[in-house]
Amino acid sequence: MHVEQPILQIRNLSKQYGEGCTNCLQPNAKLEKNFCPVCKTVFACKDVSIDLYRGEILGIVGESGSGKSTLMKSLYFDEEVTTGEGYLEDFNNGSLNIFTQSGQQKRYIRNSLLGMVYQNPMLGLKMSFSSISNIAEKQIAAGNRHVGHMVSRSNELLDQVNIPLKRSKEPPKNFSGGMQQRVQIAKALSSNPPILLLDEVTTGLDLSVQASVLDLIKTIQRELQISMIVVSHDLAVIRMLADRTIVMLNGQIIEQGLTDQILEDPQHAYTQQLVYSLL
Amino acid sequence: MIQVENLQKEFKIHHINKTLHAINDISFTVEKGNFLGIVGKSGSGKSTILKSIYGTYKPQSGAIYYNSESFGKINLVCASPREILYLRKYEIGYVSQFLSVMPRTTALELVEQSLLETGVSFEEAHEEAVSTLKHFDLDESLWNNYPNYFSGGEKLRLNIARAVVKKPRLLLLDEPTASLDNTSKVKVRESIEKLKNQGTTLIGIFHDLEFMEGLCDEVFTMQKVVVNSIET
Repeated sequence: MHVEQPILQIRNLSKQYGEGCTNCLQPNAKLEKNFCPVCKTVFACKDVSIDLYRGEILGIVGESGSGKSTLMKSLYFDEEVTTGEGYLEDFNNGSLNIFTQSGQQKRYIRNSLLGMVYQNPMLGLKMSFSSISNIAEKQIAAGNRHVGHMVSRSNELLDQVNIPLKRSKEPPKNFSGGMQQRVQIAKALSSNPPILLLDEVTTGLDLSVQASVLDLIKTIQRELQISMIVVSHDLAVIRMLADRTIVMLNGQIIEQGLTDQILEDPQHAYTQQLVYSLL
Repeated sequence: MIQVENLQKEFKIHHINKTLHAINDISFTVEKGNFLGIVGKSGSGKSTILKSIYGTYKPQSGAIYYNSESFGKINLVCASPREILYLRKYEIGYVSQFLSVMPRTTALELVEQSLLETGVSFEEAHEEAVSTLKHFDLDESLWNNYPNYFSGGEKLRLNIARAVVKKPRLLLLDEPTASLDNTSKVKVRESIEKLKNQGTTLIGIFHDLEFMEGLCDEVFTMQKVVVNSIET
């Protein structure tokens, strides 16, 4: 019998902006989408549970405001969760809830066990520092102190993401959007994290650049066996990358399953609308 | 090997408030190493059966028991997506009428990747891929080209090559010979026979009854579901 353990488990993660009131904190509260009309609280993520397995790409789709990015930011500790638990196999064998750890432990998890690529490179990179220092920053944060090692690792990564080495000392602000995204990916990979979080990484890039970034992601997954969560509202991206897909609406998971099942036999009315909207 | 019991599948399309009944109360059994041919008019739900077995469709009721090497007897209707993915990787192959390819992937890479994901070495994958492509007479000049530019027949042969190279325990064939000429059909037939001799169980849909003759152990005839669409 073949049993596998998830590398990341998220249980009942919720994130709300606002205090909540007697109207919206009940189990079957009446909300306008994810917004409480009485106390103006926004429920960005509600009761989200996810399992991520080693080497797989998990896709998350949903409209703007469905809570995809909030989920990613919560996982990367950019946002504090309201309630919920998270367990990483590589952190104390998955015995401790990562969301209740100290700031120091959270920094360790963030720097050594996770990599994040934001939709907006401004969030992930220091635009006026050289690309190589941007990558070194994550390595230093993960505990690296040997300059020679860091330079050679950074160059190796830049080469892997097809940035010419002669431009490694240039700041990302000189680069095109696609190149900035690739520097971000190199940075995220620099501490060899087992999990990579990709938030709308190809949105806003032109098609050929998008293709090169997607190919890069696929190659990384195949060669390094890194697990990834890929957030996108582009179903074509999800179809190309993800084995399994989660559909979010108003902060909740409404459907999940095999990517081809979600695309060919969507069950939920919203998923059907999403799939039929595909050109 | 595989036992389908009272399988029922309908498609509820919410925004036009319609329900399509694709298949109703389908039952059959296929023994290990046998070849079941499914025949029936178009729209009678042949492909729906295969897609339900492969996990692309979620049936409303019924069961599909499959004797897996890794999991033992498993009901594919209730199996988790991870289990289905595992089975697709190591045990169950599927050949559709259409080739879905990864963009910017050459024919050779496509066949190699299908093996690489099962964990074999690159050298072995390459060797197997080359011999399979050779078997299906895919011109060598095409190997390092993108399949988008291939003719229909070449695409189909590549599609079959990709599934067959893994030597699956169960192979589902959805009209794989629809647009092939006779020489290619013979090639497909040869490799199906070879797989059968190696113990692969097969379920196939063919319009070409001649092709099925002598190949299938059993034939299952689909009746069109009478009520095809109702308002819900």
